[in-house]
Amino acid sequence: MRYRVLAVVLIGAATLGGCTEGVLDPKGPIAAAEREILLNALGIMLAIVIPVILATLGVAFWFRASNERARYRPDFAYSGRLEMLVWSIPAMTVFLVGGVAWVGSHDLSPRKPIASSVKPLRVQVAALDWKWLFIYPDQGVASVNRLVLPVGTPVSLELTSSGVMNSFFVPQLGSQIYTMAGMVTRLHLQADHAGTYRGFSAQFSGAGFSDMYFNADAVPDDKFTQWLDAARSAGPELDATSYAELAKPSAAVAPFTYRAVAPGLFDSITVSEMQSDDAMCRRNPTSMRAEK
Amino acid sequence: MSVAVAVDDGVGHEARPSASEAGPATKRIVVSYGFWIFLLSDIVMFSAFFAAYAVLAQATAGGPSGVQLFHQRSVAIETGCLLASSYSCGLMSLAIGSRRYGITYLDALVTFVLGAAFLVLELREFAGMIAVGAGPQRSAFLSAFFTLVGCHGLHVTAGLVWLVVMMAQVAIKGFRPTVERRLLCFSLFWHALDIVWVWLFTVVYLMGVRS
Amino acid sequence: MSLLGKLDWSAIPFDQPIIMGASGGMILAVVSVLSWVTLKGYVPYLWREWITSVDHKRIGIMYTVLALVMLLRGFSDAILMRTQQAVAAGGSQGYLPPEHFDQIFSAHGTIMIFFMAMPFVIGMMNFVVPLQLGVRDMAFPTLNSVALGLTASGILLTNISLAVGEFSKAGWVAYPPLSGLQFSPGVGVDYYLWALQISGVGTLMTGINFVTTILKTRAPGMSYMRMPVFCWTSLAANLLIVAAFPVLTATFAMLLLDRYLGFHFFTIGGQGNPMMYVNLFWIWGHPEVYILVLPAFGIFSEVVSTFSGKPLFGYRSMVAATMAICVLSFVVWLHHFFTMGASANVNGFFGVMTMVIAVPTGVKVFNWLFTLYGGRIRFTVPILWSIGFMVTFVIGGMTGVLMAVPPADFQLHNSLFLIAHFHNVIIGGTVFGVMAGYNYWFPKAFGFQLDERWGKISFWCWLIGFYIAFMPLYGLGLMGMTRRMQHYDVASWQPWLVVAACGVAVILAGIVSQIIQLVVSIRNREHLKVTADPWDGRTLEWATASPPPAWNFAVLPQVTDVDAFWKKKQRERVQAQPASERKFEPIEVPKNSATGFVTAFFAVITGFALIWHIWWMAGVGAIGIFVTVLAFAFRDEEEIEIPAEQVARFEREHEAEIAV
Repeated sequence: MRYRVLAVVLIGAATLGGCTEGVLDPKGPIAAAEREILLNALGIMLAIVIPVILATLGVAFWFRASNERARYRPDFAYSGRLEMLVWSIPAMTVFLVGGVAWVGSHDLSPRKPIASSVKPLRVQVAALDWKWLFIYPDQGVASVNRLVLPVGTPVSLELTSSGVMNSFFVPQLGSQIYTMAGMVTRLHLQADHAGTYRGFSAQFSGAGFSDMYFNADAVPDDKFTQWLDAARSAGPELDATSYAELAKPSAAVAPFTYRAVAPGLFDSITVSEMQSDDAMCRRNPTSMRAEK
Repeated sequence: MSVAVAVDDGVGHEARPSASEAGPATKRIVVSYGFWIFLLSDIVMFSAFFAAYAVLAQATAGGPSGVQLFHQRSVAIETGCLLASSYSCGLMSLAIGSRRYGITYLDALVTFVLGAAFLVLELREFAGMIAVGAGPQRSAFLSAFFTLVGCHGLHVTAGLVWLVVMMAQVAIKGFRPTVERRLLCFSLFWHALDIVWVWLFTVVYLMGVRS
Repeated sequence: MSLLGKLDWSAIPFDQPIIMGASGGMILAVVSVLSWVTLKGYVPYLWREWITSVDHKRIGIMYTVLALVMLLRGFSDAILMRTQQAVAAGGSQGYLPPEHFDQIFSAHGTIMIFFMAMPFVIGMMNFVVPLQLGVRDMAFPTLNSVALGLTASGILLTNISLAVGEFSKAGWVAYPPLSGLQFSPGVGVDYYLWALQISGVGTLMTGINFVTTILKTRAPGMSYMRMPVFCWTSLAANLLIVAAFPVLTATFAMLLLDRYLGFHFFTIGGQGNPMMYVNLFWIWGHPEVYILVLPAFGIFSEVVSTFSGKPLFGYRSMVAATMAICVLSFVVWLHHFFTMGASANVNGFFGVMTMVIAVPTGVKVFNWLFTLYGGRIRFTVPILWSIGFMVTFVIGGMTGVLMAVPPADFQLHNSLFLIAHFHNVIIGGTVFGVMAGYNYWFPKAFGFQLDERWGKISFWCWLIGFYIAFMPLYGLGLMGMTRRMQHYDVASWQPWLVVAACGVAVILAGIVSQIIQLVVSIRNREHLKVTADPWDGRTLEWATASPPPAWNFAVLPQVTDVDAFWKKKQRERVQAQPASERKFEPIEVPKNSATGFVTAFFAVITGFALIWHIWWMAGVGAIGIFVTVLAFAFRDEEEIEIPAEQVARFEREHEAEIAV
């Protein structure tokens, strides 16, 4: 407990005004659990590291050559007891933090569904160049660069990429996970508080990477239903043709929605043949040097 | 590099209790040891290609698999050639040790011919596969196959070139210590290639047609 | 197929002023230096004494020079990145467009790791290890020269990419599919791959050379447990080189086959597997960071014990810890991609193993502490770097252990927290280590020491600059900022990035101080002259003259203890035999050879040709290398003999200072 307080104080000091909108400001159970692990582990480590740093500086200062009072012990080169201590302190620390790591890996595995009495919302995510496509297969709509979620509902995500590797990440909600072409990764998140949270790609994917962010809007259930209704009433339909158009390289795309989604579209995105070469081939804008 | 080893501080010279205190090793040991380390590093490189092959063995992308492509008979003959060339290489090493030039050249020639036969058969296998559309560009499995087996083949080719150069060295310089050390390295290399081939043959050709 | 492959005038970035300026500056600098050297008539001297030298001491110095020059190049990339991020907030695009910025961060990582840190530690090891082992040279001196040449080839190719073509934009790790032909059709990734393949061959040669030298050539009486700790850490690092670099060679070969011949190792089509690249890359990548840090640990062991006036505490423990780190470094690689979606068991296993490797590292820190304890510490520049390291590295190690907890890593992976962590351990560990080694062994290499005052100034600038530049990045990572961003929309990040940019300015002051230190020391060298043993050292390199003769030791020392030279000094005070009464034998030393230089020349030709698809030129280069090797193989003389009188004369002249 002492360590947690110490850790929080130090992190607080280090990040001053930066405590909002990040890893230390969780808005869901996954992020909250991960922050707790981070702070606990930090506290345990600081209990070793701070004394070591102080001891180093202290010993170096005290045993400076000009200090007459320090006892020079040129034969002090081995001590069995000290060796025992020196091996066991790191070993025990590692044992402890290792336990946290093992248990935490299982408890917070991205593949593990969130225990809840509420039926999970399924969202299928495709990372494109350089925007995010969110498909709601059970609701029959899709959204680009905006993820709307109902508060308190566990979200079960299936993720893929249309081309290069990306990483889906909303720090305030929880873990990130890589998105890769031809395969599906899984992630489970939940927002416990209404709000707008920043999401982005955490794996560099090319020229438009810096613009590859989106908003994750956690809203109450009724607002979510309203949004779904609004999405279903206007906008284009998402099918193979409109997907091919969307998949062409573009960045800083303003959020919009699709009012219908062709069945099985996500599955066809994950299968390699879906990607046509000219959608994926990069063409530099003419203001830059043309690539060979 | 020769070293003058001398005791200089008045301490009596006793028999060294352990090899690690014997001072720098002879040039022959140093050179062959270094070459062993190189061979180990080469085996690590092969391991990476083996790992890639293992991962990609089922990634046929709708194309042909090993069962459909491999000709066990040809591979068996290749294996026989390579093993036999290792034998002739061993005979060559013995001839070098006894300073018999004629036998050395003969055994080198046999080794070369057997190694070249191995390569010819392997190239024919590759050409045959490419001709039926099973080239390395067809699928990840085939990329891994061609690279792993091809890497071994490249090593064999390099070995044959080296063998020719070594025979030129023997002809021009005779069996002086440098040449002998290099011939020792060559035979280590040749035998190591054989060992890698046995492993390769097992994993790719024998295991590859089981399933 | 055109005669020049893909190469034409559009390869030169005439429309990019910053790149043209940088290239112009670089070419001007190179031409100026070459002209000055030629006009002053130094070329024959340089050719005879340095370029064709196979002496480990000369080669070590040349590696270090390469590293220092590339430090400037990599650091200028850092300045560009930090200033870009300091201004590119909100709607601003800064002054570096993505096409340029993406090359800069890729070049920064590649240069700093492969062409600054590696040559620096290899240079230190090359100079020191044979001296500490009490022998005359490395096991394979000409191979050593070739390795240096191939490293220089990689460096040259990378720098050529600034002026001709472009560099990779896929990061220093170059993950496919981004680095594959489909998404990076330009020459940038090819420059990256060929430069690293060529220098990688050189590094592997170095690894073989050191492992053989340390295991098979040591002075008589020097059993394993009497070797200096720096030799143990060098052994461990080079074992890692031998075991890890071939994996990188294979991995890059696969990516090259994909790019050049349409293979499907890592492509999206053909059932390629980009995840496999990530695994293979990091199977090399994790041992690589230990290759960088273990020699630094060795340097700290030497420096701390020398300037405390005590033997290293817990020698056996240090050796055990070193070899444990060596082995364990192969079972932790997955911690570089916990977020790629492995199962909880797999993530958990690698998380725990990563922490286990922190144990021997922690043991080393404690042992250095106990070495200082009870010492009589002289605060020279090397010990300042060492104490700075002990404080800084444990912070970096701590954040590493934090990220080794998979659920924590899920939130911190690829963020600026990660950037801060690895710079913390690489700068705090490797860079501080080679700076300590540079100051510590400079007097041995050149016969005069470096100016202490400017050395201390540079240390404090580096230390303070480091903290100002990187501590904000820990905070930014926690705030959710990811790496490699050319611009960003969150205004609250900007103040921290401005602070970080200021830190870079302080580090720049540190680097400038080091340049001044060198200039001042050279000017003042008569006053800064030293004898064989300026630091009251403990190991055998201090038993030779400063600088040592080509043959290092007239007679190989007989070793009876660890800290061989220290024991000898205690004994010598009792009995000494004057040099005039000793008998000397002629010594054979390896002959100079142009093989390294010529091989490097043809390697550059081959690499450049392959990058630009100039196939006939690649053939010429490859044949050139083959012919060079043949010329070496058929040379008649391998060694030259130093006459006994020359040895005797040298020993008599330096009698007062040499204790062997």
